[in-house]
Amino acid sequence: MKKSHLFVLVVIAAAVGIIISTMSDASTYSTFAIARQQAASGNLAKVHVVGTLPRDADKRPVGLEYDPMVNPNYFAFTMIDTLQVSQRVVYRNPKPQDLDKSEQVVIVGAMKDGVFEADQILTKCPSKYVEKDLGKTGPPATAMNTRR
Amino acid sequence: MNLLIGNLGQASVILAFVAAAVAAYGYFQAARGRALGEADASWLRLARGAFFVHGAAVLAVVACLFNIIYAHRYEYYYAWSHSSNHLPVQYMISCFWEGQEGSFLLWIFWHVVLGLGIMKFNKQWEAPVLAVFAAVQAFLVSMILGVVVGSVKIGSSPFILLRDFMVDLPVWKLNPNFVPKDGTGLNALLQNYWMVIHPPTLFLGFALTLVPFAFAIAALWKKELTSWVKPALPWTALGGAVLGIGIMMGAYWAYETLNFGGYWNWDPVENAVYIPWLVLIAALHGMVLWQRRRIGLRTAYSLVVATFVLILYATFLTRSGVLGSASVHSFTDLGLSGQLIIYLAFFTVGAIALLAARWKNIPVSEKELTAYSPELWVFVGATVLCLAAFQVVVTTSIPVYNSFLGFIGIKSNLALPADQIQHYTRIQLWAGVLIGLFSGIAQILWWRPAKETVLNALATPTMLALLTTALVVLLTRYFGHTMSAPYVTLLLAGLFGVMTNFSAIFGLWRRKVQLSGGAVSHLGIALMLLGILASSGYSNIISRNTSGKLISRDMDDKGNEENVLLWRNETGAMNGYDVTYTGQYLDVPGLPEYVNTQLIYRTDDEYKAVARAEIKQGDKTYYHTGDSLNILPENTYYRVEYTDKKNGQKFTLYPRAQVNEEMGGLLASPALQRFWDHDIYSHISSVPDPRKEIPWSTAVPHELSVGDTLFLNDYFAVFRAIEQAHEVPGIKLEQGDIALQADMIITGEKGRQYHAHPIFLLRDRQVGRVPEIIEDLGLKLTLDQIDPVKGKFTFAISTTSKDYIILKATEKPFINLLWGGTLLMGLGLVLSMRQRKAAKATAVSAAAGRAGVARQQAIA
Repeated sequence: MKKSHLFVLVVIAAAVGIIISTMSDASTYSTFAIARQQAASGNLAKVHVVGTLPRDADKRPVGLEYDPMVNPNYFAFTMIDTLQVSQRVVYRNPKPQDLDKSEQVVIVGAMKDGVFEADQILTKCPSKYVEKDLGKTGPPATAMNTRR
Repeated sequence: MNLLIGNLGQASVILAFVAAAVAAYGYFQAARGRALGEADASWLRLARGAFFVHGAAVLAVVACLFNIIYAHRYEYYYAWSHSSNHLPVQYMISCFWEGQEGSFLLWIFWHVVLGLGIMKFNKQWEAPVLAVFAAVQAFLVSMILGVVVGSVKIGSSPFILLRDFMVDLPVWKLNPNFVPKDGTGLNALLQNYWMVIHPPTLFLGFALTLVPFAFAIAALWKKELTSWVKPALPWTALGGAVLGIGIMMGAYWAYETLNFGGYWNWDPVENAVYIPWLVLIAALHGMVLWQRRRIGLRTAYSLVVATFVLILYATFLTRSGVLGSASVHSFTDLGLSGQLIIYLAFFTVGAIALLAARWKNIPVSEKELTAYSPELWVFVGATVLCLAAFQVVVTTSIPVYNSFLGFIGIKSNLALPADQIQHYTRIQLWAGVLIGLFSGIAQILWWRPAKETVLNALATPTMLALLTTALVVLLTRYFGHTMSAPYVTLLLAGLFGVMTNFSAIFGLWRRKVQLSGGAVSHLGIALMLLGILASSGYSNIISRNTSGKLISRDMDDKGNEENVLLWRNETGAMNGYDVTYTGQYLDVPGLPEYVNTQLIYRTDDEYKAVARAEIKQGDKTYYHTGDSLNILPENTYYRVEYTDKKNGQKFTLYPRAQVNEEMGGLLASPALQRFWDHDIYSHISSVPDPRKEIPWSTAVPHELSVGDTLFLNDYFAVFRAIEQAHEVPGIKLEQGDIALQADMIITGEKGRQYHAHPIFLLRDRQVGRVPEIIEDLGLKLTLDQIDPVKGKFTFAISTTSKDYIILKATEKPFINLLWGGTLLMGLGLVLSMRQRKAAKATAVSAAAGRAGVARQQAIA
C-alpha cells in the first residue's frame, strides 16, 4: 500500500470519527413525557423541549417565580410542551428579560428530582411587524397633565 | 410620497440583471472556442460594455436605496423597517445592509469592483473569468429583482412600498397615500461602529472567494490547467486576510455588544463564515504549493471549488430560513429558498462536473514526499484545516437534515448539541494543536538554509517552547489554576508555533532576505491560539457572592451562581473586588460623559429632557437648571465602581441595557475595562424593567410646618422653607401663575444629603404638582396641599423598593493576544499577497532550486 493511500485512509477515519462525534453529541427535540422516562431510566442526556408559557386573561404569563432579592440565580416557571403536558422548570440564572413576551420557548436540559433543570432558554419573539403601530401621530400630552 | 426614486431604483435593478446576463453571454461567446487571451474582439467589446452598464446600474441601485434611507422616505418598506428619524448618519450606512436585500447589494457591489480589478490587472484572463463573474452577478441580482413571472416571485426588491408589503393595514383604505412619520428604527444592537465596517469587510471577503473560483473554472474551461494559479494567488491571499479579519471584527463586535460572555458562540451564522474561511486558507496553501514547488495542483483545484461552494452553502444556510430558531442572527425569511437552492446547485454541479471532466489532465507531481519535505507538512496542515471545517459543517447542518428528511417525509427530531462549546472544542482544540505544530515545522523546513540540518533548525525553538510551557504551567499552578492535559498540549503547540515562526522570521532577517508574509501570519495564528486558550480556557467569573449574606434556596448549587445582586449605593463584595452600583445614567449627545438620570426630568418626547440641576462635567457647565437637552433614550447605563482589593486600583464601568422590542425586551450589553494582560468584562443580567412604571406605594400624607423634621423609614427629612419657584422643569411659567416649591433636605445612607424641591403650581384655579423623586432612596415627595391660614403644608410621600442591578463580571486573561494575533495574521497575508505580485518566475525557480538542494543534503 502506498503512503498516500494510508493518508487517505487516516483522513477518512477522522471524518467518520467526526460524524460519529456529532451524532452522539446531537441533542433531540423532545417532550416532557420522554424527558421524564429518560430520567427514570437513568439517561442523563440533555434534550430540547419546545413549549409555551401558560397565560392569564391579560396574556400575562403565570407561575413565574423570580425574586432576585432572595436569590438572583434562581428562576422557576411552568412550561406547557407541544403535547400539552405542563412541567415545572428551574433555570439557575437570572430570568431572561424577553421571556414574558415570547411566543415560543425552547429549553435545553434534563429532568432531575421532579423538575426540569434547564441550562439554556431560547425564546422566540413575535415578529417585529406585529406590534409596531404605524402612526405615532398623536400630539404629545403637555408636561403638566402627565406630572399629575 | 416619492415614487420616482423607487421606480428609478427598480429599473436599475432590472437593468443590472439584464446587463449581467448579457455580459455573461458575451464573455462566454468571446472566450468560446478560442485560446486564452485571444478572445473574439467584437463579443469582448459587447460583453465589456454590458459589464460597465451592469456596474453603473448597481451603483444607481445603491444610490437610490441610500437616498430612500437618508431622506427618511418611509413610504418605502426598507426605510420604514430599518431606519428612523433619530438615527445618526453613520448608522444609516448600517441600515443599508441590515436587511437581506441591502446585504446582497453590498455583495454585488464588491463583485463589480473586483470584476473591474480583473479587467485591469489580468487582461489575458478577462473573457473566461468575467464570464463566471457575470453569471454569478446575474444570480445575485435576481435575489433582489422583485419581479413576478406568472405565479412565481423572483427575488425580493428593496424598493417595495410599505403599502404593497403590508397590504392588510386598515389605514390604506382611509388614505392610500399614507406615509408614516417615523420608521421603526435600526436594531439598537447594530448601532455600533463595528456594524458600519464589519459587514463590508465580510462581504468583500465573500466576494474575493469568487476570484480564485472564477480563475479555476476559466482554467478548466480553457484547458490552461496550470497558469491560473499565479494570477489568482494574490487575490486569494487578500481574500484570506479580509475574510479572516472580517470574521474577527464580528467576534469583536459580539464581545463588546452581546452578553453571552465572549467573542464566539458557535452560532450557525458565525460558523457559516468560519467554514469557508478555513477551506479558503487550505486552498491558499494548495495554491502556494503549486506555485512554489509544483505539487498539489489537484488539491488546489478541489479546495478552491470547495471554498466557493461553501460560500454558497453559507448563503443558503443564513438566508433561506432553514436555521429557524437555531440562530440568534435571524435574517428574515424572504421566501428565497428555491432561488438560493438553484444558485447553489448550478455552480456546485457545474464546477464539480467540469473538474471531474478535466481531472485526468491536471498534472500530478511525481515527487515522493518525506518527513523532511515542508510540502508534506503544508499538505497535512491543509488537511487538518479541512477536517476542522468538516466538523463545523456536519454539526451546523443539523437543522438542514431535519428539513431535508421532513421534505422527503421522514420525521426527524435531531437538535444541535446541548453543550455546543464542549462539542466543538473537542475537535477544534486538537485541530489548533496540529496547526500550531505543522505550521511551525513547515516554516522551519521551508526557510531552512541549505547548510543547516533539520534537527539543528528545530532544536532551539523546540527547547524554548518546552521551557516556556513548563514555566507557564508552574505559574498557572502558582496562581491557583489547574491545567488539563489538552490545555497543556495546546499551550505547547501554540508556543512551538510562536517560537518556530519567530525563528523563521529572525533567520530570514539575518540573511537579509525579504520578510516572509507566511511566517508573519503563522506567528499571528499561533498567538491567536494562545489568546483563545487563555481568554476562554481561563475566563474567570468574579461575580460570585463571597459575602455569605445570601442564603441559597438549594444548597446543592455547587457554586453555580454567577450573578450578584447589588443594591444602589451599597458596596458588595465579589471575588477579589469591592463593587458598588451608584445609579443610572443616560447618553447626552455632545457631553463627554454620561449624565445621571437624577439630574434630568424626562418629558413626553423620549428624546428630550429638562435639566433639574446644573449639569457640569469637568470644569464646564453644559446645562443650567431648566434647560432642555437632547438625550438618547435607548440605552440606560448602570454606573458600577470597582475597587481591586489587592492593589486598591479603582475603575468605573457602565454596562448598559437597552429597550429593544425587536429582541423581545430588555437587552444588556457589556462594559469592558482593558488592562494589558486581561479584560474585566461585565454585564447586567437583570434590572427592574426601566419601561415599567415604578410601583409606588400609596401616598401617605404628612402635614408639616416650615422647620419640621420628618422620619421616613431609615432617613430623615428637614422641611426648611417654602419659596417661590422661578423655574418649573418642563413647563413655561406664564403671567399670573403661582409656583411654590418646598425646600427639603433628606439625609440618606452614610450621611449623604439630597435636596428635594416638590412644586405646587396654580394656573387659572387649576392645581399642578411636580413631585420630586429621589431614585437613590426610592422616595417620591409631592407637595399636595397648602393651607395658607394655618401655615401647614401637606406632603404626600410614597416609597418604592430600592433600585438594584444583577451583575455578572468575568475576567478574560490575555485576550489581547487574540486581537494582536489577528492583526498579525492579516498583515502577514497582505505581505505575502504583495510578495506574490512582485515575485517573478525567477524567484519561483530560485526557491524551488534552493529547497531542492536543501532536501538532497538533508537526505544525504
